[in-house]
Amino acid sequence: MKRKSLGASLRYVPYVFVLPFLISFAVFYVYPIAASVVMSFQNVVPGRTAFIGLDNYRRIVDQDFFDALRVSFTYTAVTILILIPGPLVLAAMLNVGRRRTNTVFRALYFLPSLVSVVVAGTIFRLIFATSARGMANTILSWLKIPAVDWIMGGSLTAMSLMVAVAVWRWTGVNVVYFMSGLQSIPEELYEAAEIDGAGPLRKFFALTVPLLKPTVIFVTTISVFGGFAMFEESYIFWRGLSPNNVGLTLVGLLFKRGFQQGELGLGSAVGIVLIAVVFAVSMAQLKLFGFFKQEEKE
Amino acid sequence: MKKILALMVALSAISVAALSAQAKTILTLWTFNELHAQYYQESAAAWNKANPSRQINLKAEVFPYDDMHNKLLIALQSGSGAPDIADVEISKFPNYLKGDIQLVPLDDLLNPIRKQFVQARLDIYGKDGKTYGMCFHVGAAVMYYNMDIMKAAGVDVEKIDTWDDYVKAGLQVKAKTGKPMATIETTDQWSYWPLISQQKSDYTDKNGNVTIDNEINVKTLQFLNDMIYKQKIAVPAPGGFHHAEEYYGFMNDGGAGSIWMPMWYMGRFTDYMADLKGKIAIRPMPRWTKGGNRSAGMGGTGTVVTKQSKAIDLAKQFTVYAKGSKEGNIAIWKLLGFDPIRWDVWSDPAMNEPNKFTQFFQNKNIFQTLLQVKDEIVPVNVNERMVRVIDQIRQKTFVQVLQENSKGAAQALKEAAVEAKK
Repeated sequence: MKRKSLGASLRYVPYVFVLPFLISFAVFYVYPIAASVVMSFQNVVPGRTAFIGLDNYRRIVDQDFFDALRVSFTYTAVTILILIPGPLVLAAMLNVGRRRTNTVFRALYFLPSLVSVVVAGTIFRLIFATSARGMANTILSWLKIPAVDWIMGGSLTAMSLMVAVAVWRWTGVNVVYFMSGLQSIPEELYEAAEIDGAGPLRKFFALTVPLLKPTVIFVTTISVFGGFAMFEESYIFWRGLSPNNVGLTLVGLLFKRGFQQGELGLGSAVGIVLIAVVFAVSMAQLKLFGFFKQEEKE
Repeated sequence: MKKILALMVALSAISVAALSAQAKTILTLWTFNELHAQYYQESAAAWNKANPSRQINLKAEVFPYDDMHNKLLIALQSGSGAPDIADVEISKFPNYLKGDIQLVPLDDLLNPIRKQFVQARLDIYGKDGKTYGMCFHVGAAVMYYNMDIMKAAGVDVEKIDTWDDYVKAGLQVKAKTGKPMATIETTDQWSYWPLISQQKSDYTDKNGNVTIDNEINVKTLQFLNDMIYKQKIAVPAPGGFHHAEEYYGFMNDGGAGSIWMPMWYMGRFTDYMADLKGKIAIRPMPRWTKGGNRSAGMGGTGTVVTKQSKAIDLAKQFTVYAKGSKEGNIAIWKLLGFDPIRWDVWSDPAMNEPNKFTQFFQNKNIFQTLLQVKDEIVPVNVNERMVRVIDQIRQKTFVQVLQENSKGAAQALKEAAVEAKK
């Protein structure tokens, strides 16, 4: 009798263990997502919230939306173009050579990602201040280059600033991903290649790069998410109001519509569109990499 | 025995203290400005002295600007978590007047003293004939002249009556000193809004329709563009606006002959441009036409009472006391350096007592200037479309027309209107 009840309760044990996750997942993910889907069809005002059909979605498309789309796409593309090859090469370099120096470099690369974006952003804001006395402009003046108005100077400098923060912050994380990928490549392959007379460059392009493909796919995918989710960096540079929308991202637009302009329904609709955009981009990217084919083969 | 007696006395003293602390009603207050919070604490102390039977225990919390407005919006939306009293900045105010308004009208307390206020400053926090917010200041736009530069150029500022006179004086300043007469904001609106408000124009009309592309507004924006690029007597403000670090440095070094800003800008001179002490004179703004208005009421923070308050009556009375009473208004000037909204205190002798502002500026009587223009201030129209217009012109129009000079005033304002109407 006793044993039976123990057996019965044992059956529930796994559920008990996953319960905390399920509850927090339901409360902090499922409910808010469902609620924003509902709110995206509503005009949300105190006491008089009402369904208004597709009105919010119709109102999304304006100049701000296209500006935000352009900034988010450019930012994501540029960060991926820099943050995949750069850390890949760094990881390959860290994978050979002396272990002790490598550990130091690995720690140095990783350090920025532990710093809060807000703190880092504020410091970047000061480094690139609109003044001949700012740090960046001081360095330029040593090189006899005239001072640049980084923050207000147009979309090129604005994008450079945001990308600079991203590169500084994420290089180390991506290096760690690539290093763990490198560790799974068997040493024998390199030995065989050496016997066949391959130099370091040949080994890198013929072995390392193709064998790291799964890691590259993974890092690219999370970079797409990260790129489209970017908000804090631009918020710190321009406080949510950048000249000619040079720093307006999709999440920035969501924040602006939902909170700064107090239209939570419209903001929710922007969020839903953002999900659709990210989903489409990720799918296209995975398809491009042949991710689905690979899965079928296995 | 003695010991026990002493203990009993001590105990009863503690319980009395606890009881009287309990009798104080706790009121929570959210604001986005540390100085405002200090001001409210002093008001609460004064209130408690004046109303010993209805004491309050004010818990003022300071949040960053955006955070506070977002939190308050969500709290009012969701029906719980809002404070009793909150500061709402004017450009955010329309967000809180949507749907069933979650703020308490203050009219029953305001009506008996309404005449003492600059009416325009109550109207801006109203909807459907009710007033929901109490302002700190009139925000009267005035001209700040750097008298050293004026003297060097031989300009008599008393003779500047119209904007034409101002431009002429500007040309003289430029010719004699090589310095610009003025700086103009390109990412904020204080160089532009007062100028159209002077002419009784605005971003939107009374009914909330977008009017940013009307004839007066186009002409005025063109006027600013001309000052920079045609007459070359003005420059875009370094750093983009008159609150940039870069700007303070520029002005402090005698960078420009004058600027027009609201009265609340006085504090920026005293705190960030200390080298200008004794050099600045405050005068009314030039007019556009003979007999036209020489000022405009700009900016503001409306203090509101929320419906979620458990002590609505007390919260209302305290709010109106802190910001509407005579002593409150005098304290607003003394502590914050704002031009208070009760004009009947402007001539009060207390306003002339020396403080850091009277010592900084050349004016013997700062409020004399204000009394001259008190009837020349028209209300701005505060509504939901206004929020979108401000957004458009700050992030696009001014940058294009005043900073880059890449678009005509009419074209840029028309585009802003189209976006703001969406």
